[in-house]
Amino acid sequence: MSVATKTDKIQRLAELAATKETSTGASLWREAFRRLKRSKMAIIGAVVIALFVVLAIVGPYIAPYSPTAQTWRNEVFPNRGEFVNMRAENWFGLDHLGRDMFSRMLVGARQTLLVGVVATLIGLVIGFVIGGLAGAFATLGGDTGRRIDSVIMRFIDIMLAMPSLLLAVSIAAVMGQSLTTVMIAVGVVQIPVFARLLRGSMLAQGSAEYVLAARSLGVRKRRIVLSQIIPNSLSPVIVQATLSLATAIIEAAALSYLGLGNPDPAIPEWGVMLTQAQRFFDNAPMMAVYPAVGIIITALGFTLLGEAMREALDPKLRG
Amino acid sequence: MSLLELDGVKVHFPIKKGVFVDRTVGHVYAVDGVSLKVEAGETYGLVGESGCGKTTLGRSVLRLVDITEGSVVLDGTDLAKLPGEEMRRFRRRLQMVFQDPLGSLNPRQNIESILSEGMVAHGIGKDQEERREKIKSILDKVGLPSNALARYPHEFSGGQRQRIGIARALVLEPDVIICDEPVSALDVSVQAQVINLLDDLQEELGLTYVVIAHDLAVVRHISDTIGVMYLGSLVEEAPSDALYAEPKHPYTKALMSAVPVPDPEVEDKRERILLTGDLPSPANPPSGCRFHTRCPWAQASRCATERPELREIGGGHRVACHFAEEIASGALELTRPTGIEAVTAGEDVVVEPTVAEAEVPSVLLPADSTTKPDAAAVKEKMPTAADAPGDRTADAAAKDSDAAAPEESGKGSGGTV
Repeated sequence: MSVATKTDKIQRLAELAATKETSTGASLWREAFRRLKRSKMAIIGAVVIALFVVLAIVGPYIAPYSPTAQTWRNEVFPNRGEFVNMRAENWFGLDHLGRDMFSRMLVGARQTLLVGVVATLIGLVIGFVIGGLAGAFATLGGDTGRRIDSVIMRFIDIMLAMPSLLLAVSIAAVMGQSLTTVMIAVGVVQIPVFARLLRGSMLAQGSAEYVLAARSLGVRKRRIVLSQIIPNSLSPVIVQATLSLATAIIEAAALSYLGLGNPDPAIPEWGVMLTQAQRFFDNAPMMAVYPAVGIIITALGFTLLGEAMREALDPKLRG
Repeated sequence: MSLLELDGVKVHFPIKKGVFVDRTVGHVYAVDGVSLKVEAGETYGLVGESGCGKTTLGRSVLRLVDITEGSVVLDGTDLAKLPGEEMRRFRRRLQMVFQDPLGSLNPRQNIESILSEGMVAHGIGKDQEERREKIKSILDKVGLPSNALARYPHEFSGGQRQRIGIARALVLEPDVIICDEPVSALDVSVQAQVINLLDDLQEELGLTYVVIAHDLAVVRHISDTIGVMYLGSLVEEAPSDALYAEPKHPYTKALMSAVPVPDPEVEDKRERILLTGDLPSPANPPSGCRFHTRCPWAQASRCATERPELREIGGGHRVACHFAEEIASGALELTRPTGIEAVTAGEDVVVEPTVAEAEVPSVLLPADSTTKPDAAAVKEKMPTAADAPGDRTADAAAKDSDAAAPEESGKGSGGTV
């Protein structure tokens, strides 16, 4: 057979094979998304998160009363242990200053989401840059690169060695009491987690044969890192980011609980509400239950989605 | 002048230890002085068992690993001395096809993106439209449909993936393609297709190949010249037919004799050389001739002290053995059992390993073999394909592969030949 007829035949067979599948390829991201959609855990998690986000957006507009107005001041007597629980006007009862708990919960959702998202973003972005640089130096930088990587990672190790809550408390102590402080404190704690995760993932990918192939093609190192190594290293980072949203919300609540959060009572936040409720827990336990349950459900939503994403993105389950 | 010339190439990897500051405690002599020439348009086959340094040698040609010493001259330019950016641009002329067809393709890039990568890096084609046209014509050459462009590596079969790997190398129009075990990860039927594709492309585009493989049949079929490597250096080099007809180096003899013959009667009667002992560690290679610890003809006089140079012995045959002529003429007595006599009876071969044990310094043997001499009893160490024909022509081998091919083409993963 001549080369031409061979090629012809090969082509025909290849086209035959191709007709069985779609002609537009399915990237690994798309496949992961397809698996994610089939997971019950992911659906439940996504619905919970969606509700929370919607609440955070429209909460202040649909709240029946002002969250800060002490409208029912004369009905609540914390000193005597007299509180008002659920009733037709106030679905979640009143707090110790006679404010409507339901309105405060609705409005507080926004702050809680904001703290979680901003803190995670701080950790993710800074951790990504540090970890990405370390990973890039370690995989393609040669001996000098490995030394730079080693210096960066020792710095990260020092950060990891500190108990996270202690680190957050000291940051909050230095920067003073505010919601921004809480966000930064919680975010900084997440930096080493993201940095290590991305670097480790990049190191694993750096020795893959396709990276060697890209080098042999003459692709520039920067491009190898950006278009070959990093896209393949993202999966664990994405999962961690989702799970971090849950921990960030809980840690922010913990910091608020310790009194490091926003001192301004005008802006309700679930963590702060929980702190305030603590003093009256004996007589008005429901005051603590509402924000606590809110935090738990939200954190659960992110955790469920994160775990489902881990399963969807895990290459070992790819098949 | 040859297109590609390697002269005294050494690749030594430092072994590092230390808690805070790395200390070099030794070297792995992966490639230890290899000189060879590859002519334009020919195929140079490199064979040897696992761990002999053939892959490292292939990678050192592209400077994917650092060359410790020696020169790699492509068309008059010494690659070993090129600074980084110039080397990067020079890679266009030297391409590589990898062993693992899936692992060597980025799973997150589609085929168009994978194949454009090299062209973008070298500024070929002014826009993606132009590059896509070029990619389509290459895909056509390697026998893939153009609708493959939007698909991802995991959506292809093994043979198709290797075709993509070949296409990726071809896109840059290189002079030399290094094929590192191009077919060892593929089914036997698909192996033939890929080998024939490589053959056709060479004919059509005038390519020069360096094919690294451990499968003697594959190498024989595709190569013009074959180099045999043992522990980081070449022990023998000859035109393909000459090497298979009459291997000169004891190691090559053992390698060839390990290939089974499909005819049971011939198989029962033919001579086999079974090597004793294990492959020494490349971190601590034997003195003198690297092979003297396992060589059935090892002599007390020079083998352990003097390292044999690769020398011409006529007919384009180069051998690194002090006694090649004497062994060929039968003047030299065996100094170690080879298992030749035992095989004729068709029984299991057990040859006392005493001689080998006595001569191999214990440091060269793995710990378990020094404590348990039984474990070092005669083993067949040659990594050769079971289907390699021992004494047939390359054409006969190709026909065999062809016979198996339609099965695969029925599955539609590519063509047959």
